[in-house]
Amino acid sequence: MPDLVAVEEERELSSWELAKLELNWGRGDPVNIGWNLSDRICRQGLGQTKALIWEGFGGQERVFTYEDLRVLSNTMAAFLARQGIAPGERVCLFMDRIPELYIGFLGILKLGAVAQPLFSAFGEESLATRLLDAGTSAILTQKKYLPRIRRIRAELPALRHVIVADAEASALQQGETPLHLDSEPRVEDFPVYPAGPETPSVLHYTSGTTGQPKGAQHVHRSLLSQYLTARRVLDLQPGDIYWCNADPGWVTGTSYGIIGPWSAGVTQVVLDAGFNVDRWYSFIEKHRVTVWYSAPTAIRLLMKEGKTPAARHDLSSLRHLASVGEPLNPEAVHWSREVFGRPFHDTYWQTETGCIVITNLPGMPIKAGSMGKPFPGITAAILDMRTFEPVALPGRVGLIGLAPGWPSMIVGYRNNPEGYAKKFASGWYLTGDRGTVDADGYYWFVGRDDDVINTGGHLVGPFEVESALLEHPAVAESAAVAKPDPVNMEVVKAFVTLKPGYEASSDLELEIMNFVRKKLSPIAMPQDISFVTSLPRTRSGKIMRRVLRAQEWGEPVGDLSTLMED
Amino acid sequence: MDDLQKTILDYVKREYLEEGDDRELGVKTPLITGGIVDSFSMVSLKRFLEKKYGIKIPDADATPEAFDSVARIALLVEKIAAVRA
Repeated sequence: MPDLVAVEEERELSSWELAKLELNWGRGDPVNIGWNLSDRICRQGLGQTKALIWEGFGGQERVFTYEDLRVLSNTMAAFLARQGIAPGERVCLFMDRIPELYIGFLGILKLGAVAQPLFSAFGEESLATRLLDAGTSAILTQKKYLPRIRRIRAELPALRHVIVADAEASALQQGETPLHLDSEPRVEDFPVYPAGPETPSVLHYTSGTTGQPKGAQHVHRSLLSQYLTARRVLDLQPGDIYWCNADPGWVTGTSYGIIGPWSAGVTQVVLDAGFNVDRWYSFIEKHRVTVWYSAPTAIRLLMKEGKTPAARHDLSSLRHLASVGEPLNPEAVHWSREVFGRPFHDTYWQTETGCIVITNLPGMPIKAGSMGKPFPGITAAILDMRTFEPVALPGRVGLIGLAPGWPSMIVGYRNNPEGYAKKFASGWYLTGDRGTVDADGYYWFVGRDDDVINTGGHLVGPFEVESALLEHPAVAESAAVAKPDPVNMEVVKAFVTLKPGYEASSDLELEIMNFVRKKLSPIAMPQDISFVTSLPRTRSGKIMRRVLRAQEWGEPVGDLSTLMED
Repeated sequence: MDDLQKTILDYVKREYLEEGDDRELGVKTPLITGGIVDSFSMVSLKRFLEKKYGIKIPDADATPEAFDSVARIALLVEKIAAVRA
């Protein structure tokens, strides 16, 4: 009998060791991700290869080679250093998907600072919460987002710099600095910060059931996982033209919208425009996209329009398709085979994991609806819900657990060690997702193990929504739960009791929806509000969200013995 | 610009542009592809139209394309209102 533990350890080692070998990691070259995505690629002779082809919604185009990326990220790092920003400080990127965002990301890392990308649709409360928790020193933004930042700036004592990428100095106030990357003196050589594998790199905020969003702290060694999975899961090869639909305000947009593809030296295309079926297909056709990493919500929007729009375009360049964010329904896999001649490959991972951990690898037989199998080097298991020990029986529902130790695992939640500690039990990292594994080793998503709402692939914390609802003058009590949705999988539904003097009406519903949208973000806006006279509570007074959620999903409400009687 | 377009345009400016945002917005300005209204925010815009004009916009008609400008939205509202009448 072979020693299975030893075999497994060797398999894990070999996976990440392969990444080290391919990246020349640990042989005297910088570990810094910023250097690895630009200088290293240039040193490989790919300086004149296009790194970024950017297209704005009006059709304008900007193209950057890897040499441009190297020099401009140096320029950005030098600019930030001149502002007095030091290694370790958090620098927020709060902007549309414009080139300055991508170049700024690399510049921040080269300086040794921590990149904190935030989704530009965040309202002032969502923004303030995350900037305050991070103690952010500087924010790189655009003119159109200045009003939002100005309204909250007084609440943010650590925020010393507001840097604006597209404004003249005359339009700015004290404490705001213009940045015109095109006219900045080019910096050929910048002393890249000597980051170690454990040096903080990227800070992404993610939502949980309780409390405010948690700052998931990534470190520079994440590159190993992100590079290897970009190569082996997304199948990125030299010469590829790669399109990732994700905004870098979310982890997919950095792990696989910046780090993965550029560490592999491929050309990335970015479309900074809202969703439009014809525009998307035209974009693939025009740039001859070969690898496309999308999301179930986007795929379902394409499916809604039928096959005809796709037939009007030459999409034959597409070689590999992958999806992330929420479970990919079998219909989407079948549809993709019909329309694109190849299936979307579902991938599974989280902000905390930093890289794809369970996946359908290229060439692997796909079971439509399954997230696939653990990536080599990742040990996954279905855990018993109470003991957290692996469940041996195929098909039995349990928690999806991962054995810690892969390179891109976060090192903690900022200012929240207790929250991080709760993510582990019996030596396993708990994903918070329930699933099953079948006899062939394929994993299947069943649902969340908590009250977090997954809408269009974005996690929304019910507590954050409920807190925002309570700030509306008409709202006395609130509860936010997931409601099923054919496109976004789930959307936010709110249950609200009103204060005396207010009456339920469609006007009030719309007013509250817009109130939350502006405070938090469009994704956190309840798409449906029920005005109720009371909310189900436990005898200790805690709102029983699960009862409301079960109603929405038509599921049994379960044990109600602790329900408070009116 | 007719009254219908003006009402919708005023609402979009009020609800989806921030105070201090000096971007020009006209009836043909791209809303969805232009990043002013996203697919989630479309829900509240749809709700406003339904309430204001006493119509029900079927989900199949509430596409990003149909909501991509004030002019297109007005056409959609007119079409649905005409069928209802």
